[in-house]
Amino acid sequence: MPDKPRLTREQIAQRAAQELTDGAYVNLGWGIPNLISDYLPKGITVYFHSENGILGMGPRSKPGEEDYDQVDAMKVPVTLIPGASFFHQADAHLMTRGGHLDVAVLGGFQVSEKGDLANWKIPGSKGSGGIGGAMDIAAGAKKLIVCMEHTTKEGGPKIVKQCTYPLTGIECADTIVTDLAVIDVEPGGLVLRELAPGWTAEEVQGLTDAKLHVLANVPEMRLV
Amino acid sequence: MKEKIVDTLDAAVADIPDGARIMFGGFGGAGFPNNLIQALARKGTKDITAISNNCGTRDGELGIMFKNGLIRHVICSFPGPHANHFQDRFAKGEVTCELVPQGILCERMRTAAAGLLGFYTTVGVGTEVANGKEERVVDGKRCILEKPIHAQFALIKAQKADALGNLTYRLAARNFNPIMAMAAEFTIAEVDEIVPVGSIHPENVITPAIFVHRIVQAKGLRYAG
Repeated sequence: MPDKPRLTREQIAQRAAQELTDGAYVNLGWGIPNLISDYLPKGITVYFHSENGILGMGPRSKPGEEDYDQVDAMKVPVTLIPGASFFHQADAHLMTRGGHLDVAVLGGFQVSEKGDLANWKIPGSKGSGGIGGAMDIAAGAKKLIVCMEHTTKEGGPKIVKQCTYPLTGIECADTIVTDLAVIDVEPGGLVLRELAPGWTAEEVQGLTDAKLHVLANVPEMRLV
Repeated sequence: MKEKIVDTLDAAVADIPDGARIMFGGFGGAGFPNNLIQALARKGTKDITAISNNCGTRDGELGIMFKNGLIRHVICSFPGPHANHFQDRFAKGEVTCELVPQGILCERMRTAAAGLLGFYTTVGVGTEVANGKEERVVDGKRCILEKPIHAQFALIKAQKADALGNLTYRLAARNFNPIMAMAAEFTIAEVDEIVPVGSIHPENVITPAIFVHRIVQAKGLRYAG
């Protein structure tokens, strides 16, 4: 494996944030996706959705100003932006499942070349596991972005021909943002859209189990 | 007028029998009927089938029920990182668990509330959730049949109630509570405040009184973590 710098988790979030547009309704999952709200492009307003029934979440509450009846899905007290609303959990997931969210961003253990996502359970892990809202979100978002490291801690590929981990959803991911690349899931397979600074398409393919379709002159990710 | 208000938490749960199927509201530390759960644990009602988003936060929320071995089966979406009492009993085989995608958990309860017999969804197709369920293709999409989740009781948390049982909720403490209130045969609401009938403007009622059968006022309890 080439020993070169990769994007940090914050930089993955920063790149994924560029996929969000003004006025979008967006749900962010656990892990790297949760960092995205710190890197919104300047001048745009995004309405963050939480599956416990909030639309229009702002930044985390300042110390001393927390209200524990106003928390995000990670139990963190949050502020609201003007125009926010509350609703019950069924309506919150009607929004996720019914195609009302413009973008959802989830973490991932594996993504397949067809866009199958595995992100809720590691095979052989102890305990019950937990699904939470991920399956509803994966099934229903207009655009699903998966943010994750390109390889496992051991260096194995996480973008695979076929997932071996328990699935969250089938044919649901639209875009994968990793510490090495931006990849689109197209009907004909995976398309390499951007590369991390200093990395070549061949090197990234070498760390990817699924075939990457490479267009001429793949641009470098811009991290602004 | 039928009297729905009871004076004590113990009286509020006195007639819940062993083996009951009970829904418990709450999500993310907000909107849990913690006083009612404590009362049920004091009473020692056992062999419960619990329907809840999660499985407790250490001793808090449903944690005490798992700690005391009172729950036999749980239907939930996300047991949670601090559900240690649940995980201990699950590992020993003393509790069984059905994991349900969170929105599907909501809709299966709403299906029960609405008197419907099921629905088809794409959520969970091709995953462990689909095991044993009817799968078919509707309008070209693979989907599975999900059936209603019924319960004899719902224990919920609201902010205000009037004597009729009209309820309001505070901020995001609403979460599962209105859904469970509609789905269960008998709903018991723990509230911060009981107000005169007519003082909640009809436009502001979130759970209409028809869904609420018993009300008890209690100071809110919250568990950190």
